[in-house]
Amino acid sequence: MSNASAIAGDNSALAFDVDRIRQDFPILAQEVYGKPLVYLDSGASAQKPQAVIDAMVAGMDTYYANVHRGVHAMSQRSTEAYDGARKKVATFLNARSDNEIVFTKNATEGINLVANSYARTYLKAGDEIIISHMEHHANIVPWQLLRDSLGIVLRVVPVDDDGNLDMAAYGDMLGPKTKLVGMTHVSNSLGTIVDIKKVITMAHDAGAKVLVDGCQAVPHSAVDVQDLDADFYVFAPHKLYGPTGIGVLYGKEDILNDMPPWQGGGDMIMSVSFEKTTYQKAPMRFEAGTPPIVEAIGLGAAIDYMSAIGMENIAAHEEGLLHYATDRLSKIKGLRIIGQAQEKAAIVSFVLDCAHPHDIGTIVDRGGVAIRTGHHCAQPVMDRFGVAATARASFGLYNTKGEVDVLADSIEAVREMFS
Amino acid sequence: MFDDLRDLYQEVILDHGKNPRNFRRPESFTAEAIGNNPMCGDALVVYMSVDGDNLITDVAFQGQGCAISVASASMMTELLTGCPVDRANEIYQAFHSICTGEGDVEEILSNFDEEIAERLHMLSGVREFPMRVKCATLAWHTMDAAVKGENEISTE
Repeated sequence: MSNASAIAGDNSALAFDVDRIRQDFPILAQEVYGKPLVYLDSGASAQKPQAVIDAMVAGMDTYYANVHRGVHAMSQRSTEAYDGARKKVATFLNARSDNEIVFTKNATEGINLVANSYARTYLKAGDEIIISHMEHHANIVPWQLLRDSLGIVLRVVPVDDDGNLDMAAYGDMLGPKTKLVGMTHVSNSLGTIVDIKKVITMAHDAGAKVLVDGCQAVPHSAVDVQDLDADFYVFAPHKLYGPTGIGVLYGKEDILNDMPPWQGGGDMIMSVSFEKTTYQKAPMRFEAGTPPIVEAIGLGAAIDYMSAIGMENIAAHEEGLLHYATDRLSKIKGLRIIGQAQEKAAIVSFVLDCAHPHDIGTIVDRGGVAIRTGHHCAQPVMDRFGVAATARASFGLYNTKGEVDVLADSIEAVREMFS
Repeated sequence: MFDDLRDLYQEVILDHGKNPRNFRRPESFTAEAIGNNPMCGDALVVYMSVDGDNLITDVAFQGQGCAISVASASMMTELLTGCPVDRANEIYQAFHSICTGEGDVEEILSNFDEEIAERLHMLSGVREFPMRVKCATLAWHTMDAAVKGENEISTE
């Protein structure tokens, strides 16, 4: 197994060897514009270890077939791998059962599934959905569509000047009309780690269900959906060093089984006649049509890879990077970090007084540094901080302090050009 | 510093980016349009005054964006003021072709007098940065929309 090289001898943070980990990611070995690639955009999408690539290739060149159909050997192996990936995700999130894991095409589709199946069934005009000011568009727009068609009310919890969620305001908003809370676990634009367990407890006390957008949380530290008591939890495998084309929706089994199907087709039915069709239970009920088979296999491999390294080791490594980057970047004249919450993941958003984020992005790119620039699909929070866009460095398990230095030097080059 | 970066961020462009010309909302104008770049959230408004002889008597803009989009807008206002609408359209088409890499830059520019050719040439560095072409063309698309009587465009 190629991921074996990343497996530390013990589970202590000291055993975390970033140089060895980097060797597991073939893409990182290249140069761009004659400079070593410094990939600081894992928050948008993370790079893939060889173990994931190999698993996906094997899923096509050794045992590929459609799943849950046919009795032949290839179909059986493919089905075992696909269902096995579901089991790995369930273990990774500490779900009670594999039946609580629904594969979708991406995290966005998971949110839309909950909006269109759960919320359309249980919410009526006048009911309230609470989200936060720092949501990704994916956790805003589905609820707006619902608001416009059902007449529900969308309420927004403010964030303070450092990017902390205003818990007191949230508490005041919760009430008998609150039916659903859609909340990010970690802000993609600010890096804020929300005390999501508290958010969920408070919502449950008010009788509301909670959907957590965990896209930026899952790659950075261990998530236990039972401990959080989340009703729904979505994440994006491609940010977890897995492939695109697949998303994960966790939902409590009893809730999922009471929800109507959203999309119809093959694989989600018990029996079909022109008079009456009956549906499978979750998760199959929500997986109409041929699913992302190879992608699920890749996701399973990504989880194996992460688990072998240890989520606690990854979290410790990234925390070190966050502190180092925050220190280095804070020293740059005219640079302002957007988002300085007490609890943060390894995401540093910033603006420069002399240059627009897009200009920063283009110039550091020529130095080999890949960062995200723009509104990060979170325009409301950009407005909140009075900026149209930011530059964002987001760190992954393969990043080094040396790469932070390259970033800092590249930003100095931008300053030189623009001031 | 890389040569293509210097081609993109020439002194003139940095100057227009920092000190944009005609960055104002005129008291009167005959057409306006809003331009949006949904990829980055940048937005600007272009104001045009066109007289009875189809002569552009004033072009101005407001909004915010990167150095490339602001400089391009600023240089556009200078280039098109005093220009007949038909000629402005030719310049717009030429600029679009240059930015998107269609055709030979020198050949396209040979159709214009020295001042226009020189300005368009300064902006042509964006050809080497496909991700930034929309920044450079945002004001121009917006101007084109205003002339055609459309109120809002998006670069998507």
